[in-house]
Amino acid sequence: MATLREIRRRIASIQNIEQVTDAMRVVAAARLRRAQENINATRPYADKLNTILGHLISQMDTENQALTHPLLETREVKHVCIISVSADRGLCGSFNSNVIRTTTQRIGHYQESGADVTLICIGRRSQEHFTRRGYDITDAYVNIFRQLEFQTAVDVVHEFEHLYTEKKIDKVEVIYNNFKSAILQTVLVEQLLPLEPEIPEGDELFLDYIYEPGQVELFEMLLGKHLNMQMWKVLLDSNAAEQAARMAAMENATQKAKELIDELILQRNRARQTQITTEISEIVSGAAALEG
Amino acid sequence: MLNRSFHLEIRTPEQSVYEGDVTSVSAPGVEGNFQILAGHIPFLTALEVGEIRIRESSDTPQLMATSGGVFEVLRTGVTVLVETAEWASEIDVARAESALERAQVQLTTNAPDLNRPRAAAALARAQNRIKVASNL
Repeated sequence: MATLREIRRRIASIQNIEQVTDAMRVVAAARLRRAQENINATRPYADKLNTILGHLISQMDTENQALTHPLLETREVKHVCIISVSADRGLCGSFNSNVIRTTTQRIGHYQESGADVTLICIGRRSQEHFTRRGYDITDAYVNIFRQLEFQTAVDVVHEFEHLYTEKKIDKVEVIYNNFKSAILQTVLVEQLLPLEPEIPEGDELFLDYIYEPGQVELFEMLLGKHLNMQMWKVLLDSNAAEQAARMAAMENATQKAKELIDELILQRNRARQTQITTEISEIVSGAAALEG
Repeated sequence: MLNRSFHLEIRTPEQSVYEGDVTSVSAPGVEGNFQILAGHIPFLTALEVGEIRIRESSDTPQLMATSGGVFEVLRTGVTVLVETAEWASEIDVARAESALERAQVQLTTNAPDLNRPRAAAALARAQNRIKVASNL
């Protein structure tokens, strides 16, 4: 049985933990709100880009020009590049371990089929995990989530795009936590390259543009922008999912701390009562001994 | 006829920078600068690093530095999608100058791992930002 003083000390330390986890929850909630705003701010640009790309594809399609572009080229898969997007920090539940586990499975899957895999790690957690285990890492981006910038997405795309066009890799996949809602995040595996453009349904009202420079050049440029945008969306999504996961984890921790404190308070009261009872009985028996 | 206005939107991946009715907009196309007035036919073009100039009515134009993107004219209005867009008044000239210097140093030292096109692009962006800010 723990002494009264020990119990008191434990209560105090758990109260400290509770304060810390609760503060982290509040911070994560604020960051989540900002991350969600960022996702929404992207939408007008992304939607418009898709519409323009769709117009262009439908126009090129009707003119029977085959859609050809280095980034659309499907090759036999011998070298794969996997982009593993984790967080920079822990204390966010199974957020990081989910991504790392899926990545490891995916690597195993490709190695079984005889392809070799190279990694691009985003976030310190995945970078540390895979470096320690000696995986082949082409590039790593750490500490980018504090101040998320579009340029980072452009840099990542630049990295794997030239590897792809130089035919050093035949496929690019990204593994990240998809932000479904504040309470639901799921790990997704998405193929970035080769691109598979959707051919949109014909828009009857749409009149063809004048193009400057030509259609093909514009198409190539827009594909590049589209890729940047997809990477940017992945980063924003992962960021929002991280904050949501951390918020949930910290809420759980705070709850657990509260329960623990309640239980310890009960124990403390019991110990105190025992102590008082012992003292009283000592006094009473002392007095009785004097009288006797 | 002269002052007819049309709808203009300028969007970047990070935010919507401008939305409103304007009488004219000029932008740096890959095949030269151009100006759009109301009633232009549908037009799609790529933009270069340069300056976007917006005129809301007859008053002085508003300036913006951009690093390139797409410019679309439809019957309903104009949409500009650019990867960066900064109002001339908000450009941090000191930062642009340090970026310029960095790019110049990179290009002159010629390090083996240097990404030449990228450094050159950074140089062009920095020069443009300084130029647009000084045009204010």
